[in-house]
Amino acid sequence: MSFSVTEPTKGTKWFSGILVVIYAVITIVPLLWIIATGFKSPADSIAYPPVVFFEPTLEGYVNLFTDRTRATAEMLEEAGPPQTWYEEIARERGTVISGPSRYGERFLNSVIIGFGSTALCMVLGTAAAYAFSRFRVPLKDDLLFFILSTRMMPPIAVAIPIFLMFRNLGLNDTHLGMILLYTAVNLSLSVWLLKGFIDEIPMEYEEAALIDGYTRFQAFYKVVLPQAATGIASTAIFCLIFAWNEYAFAVLLTSGTAQTAPPFIPNIIGVNGKDWPAVAAGATLFLVPVMVFTVLLRKHLLRGITFGAVRK
Amino acid sequence: MTASPITKAAQHTPDGIAKKIRGLSDRSIAWIFVAPTIFLLLAVNIFPLIWTIRLSFTNYRVNRPNKEVEWVGLRNYERILNDPDIWHTMQATAHFLFWTILIQVLIGFALAYLINNKFKGNDLWTTIIVFPMMLSPAVVGNFWTFLYQPQIGLFNYVVTFFTGGDPADFSMIGDVYLAPWAIIIADTWMWTPFVMLICLAGLRSIPDSIYEAAECDRASKWRQFWTITIPMALPFLMLAVLFRGIENFKMFDLVVQLTGGGPGNTTTLTSIDLKREAFEKWRTGYSSAYAVILFVTVFGLASIYVKALNKVKER
Repeated sequence: MSFSVTEPTKGTKWFSGILVVIYAVITIVPLLWIIATGFKSPADSIAYPPVVFFEPTLEGYVNLFTDRTRATAEMLEEAGPPQTWYEEIARERGTVISGPSRYGERFLNSVIIGFGSTALCMVLGTAAAYAFSRFRVPLKDDLLFFILSTRMMPPIAVAIPIFLMFRNLGLNDTHLGMILLYTAVNLSLSVWLLKGFIDEIPMEYEEAALIDGYTRFQAFYKVVLPQAATGIASTAIFCLIFAWNEYAFAVLLTSGTAQTAPPFIPNIIGVNGKDWPAVAAGATLFLVPVMVFTVLLRKHLLRGITFGAVRK
Repeated sequence: MTASPITKAAQHTPDGIAKKIRGLSDRSIAWIFVAPTIFLLLAVNIFPLIWTIRLSFTNYRVNRPNKEVEWVGLRNYERILNDPDIWHTMQATAHFLFWTILIQVLIGFALAYLINNKFKGNDLWTTIIVFPMMLSPAVVGNFWTFLYQPQIGLFNYVVTFFTGGDPADFSMIGDVYLAPWAIIIADTWMWTPFVMLICLAGLRSIPDSIYEAAECDRASKWRQFWTITIPMALPFLMLAVLFRGIENFKMFDLVVQLTGGGPGNTTTLTSIDLKREAFEKWRTGYSSAYAVILFVTVFGLASIYVKALNKVKER
């Protein structure tokens, strides 16, 4: 690197690096603690002082995915020896597995609603963003601001009429209702972000295609869409993460069939009250995919969180 | 957008001919593309908002559908604005907003400044720092209650490790004085990276040449910081504050899982209070008026702030 007066000295770099690493380590501890607690036995999870080194067990995960009942000696006698490794873990605590828990269903709901709303949101958002980017739409700025302003409303504030509306339409606690709702909430983000990405694609490409005899539609999906692929992908991940994490609407509008994981995980209760290893196991499975996506997204992170206001 | 030859041509082409040439006119394509989005937003955002406004003038209760709905005029608004409990809630929200924004801006800016010194591996550490803000606030908030447990929690253990004393002596979420700080700490942990990322973009947008010129003029580092770095990063800082302000004014998931608004109502932020009125006491008309007041407040404050932000940008 060439010499520059603005290049920080070696000492400054070391000093900055050490401080940042200290902060990063502190900030990552709660996350590591969640992951670690998932592999602890209930006794280890509430030990004092907190244990860092422990014998890992899958008990938390077994408890997460199963419902168990306390078994008397006769019941155990009757049931015979445990057939599977997870049955064995449950037996060690004097319980028998009575069936699968709801966690799998709730997780699947999160997947269905997350991906469903993201797909719908991308279709609507890309089309609208293209139109806002390329055409003269009457009242363009007002419409764009209107789209953004829908994000300022506290979810609880619109939840009352949405609750009433969904009840009349039979959409309460359904996947379709939640998909439509999350799509609407995410549209502001996807339109604003995608408009930014499409604005960056030179218009000459389409003009060339139009002159070659493509129709507008063809120019849109044969020329613009491939060019905007990275932008669309990162926008989609942002929408997915939002729908995945959403809690307020989920807790108010779903209770059974369409309930997603965030309202469910905090209420996981074991045989002896709050089962922290199971909660931590549920949280780990739920949070780790988002961390993976964050790593994939890191180049576009800033743009996504500021609705495209800061592009770097 | 500058009008390109094609769009210009499209605007000058009469609709009928354009249709023959291109299948559909640009204008109709524009409408086909925009309409579904606008329609969905009208249905899921604007229609409910209008409905909320209408309900706010009635004494409607969702749990008593057979009771006759009466038009009560502005009575709901009067009652809300005269209710000391709601002012208490507003105060709790203001306290939360003020401290979270202040602490997050200070730490976030400091971190961005340090990362901008481009030490080796800064990308990796930035990504690690960013993790908390991408996660589900409800799930994470729930886990923070575990970290805050008096006897067994990691937080209490670490604090007493440095300060001495017994970790069972204090409860972050059970104590009237500590609970507001418990939510501030968790929110800061979660959202400082957000402020950091925006500040980092601000710092990186300052061209090196300005510092080089200052260096030639023998301006001290301290002086450069206050006359170059801060003013040039200010629009970004203000943007970060805007986002955090709006988000934390709406704050619900993290805090409801952490403290549930308690103990007493010390951490009952407006959204939590609104949820209680609307979905636990089922005072639909009353809570609709409450929602309208909140929305007008956010919208009003945000508009004023954006004007100020634009002024700073123009300088």
